[in-house]
Amino acid sequence: MSTAKRIEIGGITGWLLPALILAGWEAAARAGLISANVLPAPSAVAEAFWRLLLSGELVANIGVSSARALAGFAIGGSIGFIFGLANGLSKFSRSFTDTTLQMIRNIPHLALIPLVILWFGIDEEAKLFLVALGVFFPIYINTLLGIQGVDPQLVEMGRTYGMSPFTLFRRVILPGALPAIFTGLRYALGIMWLTLIVAETISSSSGLGYMAMQAREFLLIDVVVLSILIYALLGKLADSFARFLESIFLQWHPAFKKV
Amino acid sequence: MSTGNVTTLRRPDALPSLPSQGKIEQREKTTEGKVAFSFRNVAKSFGDKPVLRGIDLDVRESEFLAIIGKSGCGKSTLLRILAGLDTPTTGTVSKDASSRTRMMFQEPRLLPWERIASNVSVGLTGISKGEAAQEQALTILEEVGLKDRAGEWPYVLSGGQKQRVALARALVAHPQILALDEPLGALDALTRIEMQLLLERIWRKQKFTAVLVTHDVSEAVALADRIVVIDEGRIALDLDVKLPRPRRHGTAEFARLEEQVLNQLFGRGETNG
Repeated sequence: MSTAKRIEIGGITGWLLPALILAGWEAAARAGLISANVLPAPSAVAEAFWRLLLSGELVANIGVSSARALAGFAIGGSIGFIFGLANGLSKFSRSFTDTTLQMIRNIPHLALIPLVILWFGIDEEAKLFLVALGVFFPIYINTLLGIQGVDPQLVEMGRTYGMSPFTLFRRVILPGALPAIFTGLRYALGIMWLTLIVAETISSSSGLGYMAMQAREFLLIDVVVLSILIYALLGKLADSFARFLESIFLQWHPAFKKV
Repeated sequence: MSTGNVTTLRRPDALPSLPSQGKIEQREKTTEGKVAFSFRNVAKSFGDKPVLRGIDLDVRESEFLAIIGKSGCGKSTLLRILAGLDTPTTGTVSKDASSRTRMMFQEPRLLPWERIASNVSVGLTGISKGEAAQEQALTILEEVGLKDRAGEWPYVLSGGQKQRVALARALVAHPQILALDEPLGALDALTRIEMQLLLERIWRKQKFTAVLVTHDVSEAVALADRIVVIDEGRIALDLDVKLPRPRRHGTAEFARLEEQVLNQLFGRGETNG
């Protein structure tokens, strides 16, 4: 019980500093210490939020960006997961593809933006391609590491009890690799937003990044700040979701023990 | 079956009947009872390093055999061959094709992501599932005194409790042969004695053939009907232990047997059988 309380208090403490910063920011803006052209007051950002919410623009842009993020994640993540599984389970597959994948990994995926624009223009495919490519590697590498890190003694135990290859995979290998796969998932979610922000800022005709760039042209600095804050919020949301999944699937792990 | 990969398995009907077998050790009791498994001239090398150099061994059903030897003498390899985890380089291992062999390792090797009862049900892989498996798991957990922990994750259990779960998992499908590879080696002295008593009690009840590899001579004398000492890949001593059960440490006979095994292990005096 006491641990539950501590966690709750910890949750509140975490929000204390952001609240203080926000209050200080507001006070400084009202006192005229920060010029509105440099950084608008939080209240001005809140106003912009309300305005855009009512016009429907904000919801539409968040929707577009989220859909891109998730689609890119689904594509890159599942390909990464499949390659991770294949290369973790099959020596042949690993020796066949791993070197190639490691070489591609060393190219920063954002460096491909000019090429991607040449290939796809500023259409959806460009964003999907970049997000998928960015998400692929953390998922691939961590799935592979997770499978390679499964305790061989447990695998031997499973074999002596006559587990079929599929049962062995389902009861021993996959659950054993899961903590590493979740680490990859959280990395991938971070990269997913980062890639999308860059891609939408450089070339887009909708989405949060586009909204921010439009606002810059019209000097609507409050909207620019709002976009940045929403990106932060979405990133936090994705991370919380991953943590929530961990707390369900990794209950058996002493590090995730619940009361 | 877990032992299916021992290529030298023979059907029971292919076994030569016991009395006609020529090369039986000088032990008097070998002809009593049915043979659970036999090793015929089994040798095993890893690369060009020989580990076992011609083991001949017949073990009767329901016998409790202890195998003792210094580290690296090949005793664990012998057990792994029995459990089907290794195949002999030459020679044959024969056992009843319908007999089930289970192995208990030095580590509990529980699946950390499955609750205790599910971990026990691993022992029923391919035998029973769902409710039936759950029920059998609970029955055997009661036997080892852990029924009330059935719903817990393994990490909350102590080392001794985990090893009891591993024992339950090994026994849940009622194997004919239980191979034990120093399963008590990592436990503290008190837990160890507790486990020895538990193991003996369940063995007397379920009547499986037990093969215990250990480096603890007094554990072997306390539990086994028969002690085999392995030295440099060969059987150096094959000794019957005829002490009444339950056995008490510290009796004169107990000490004499311990002494005899230790002498063999350290090459003091001539104690052959």
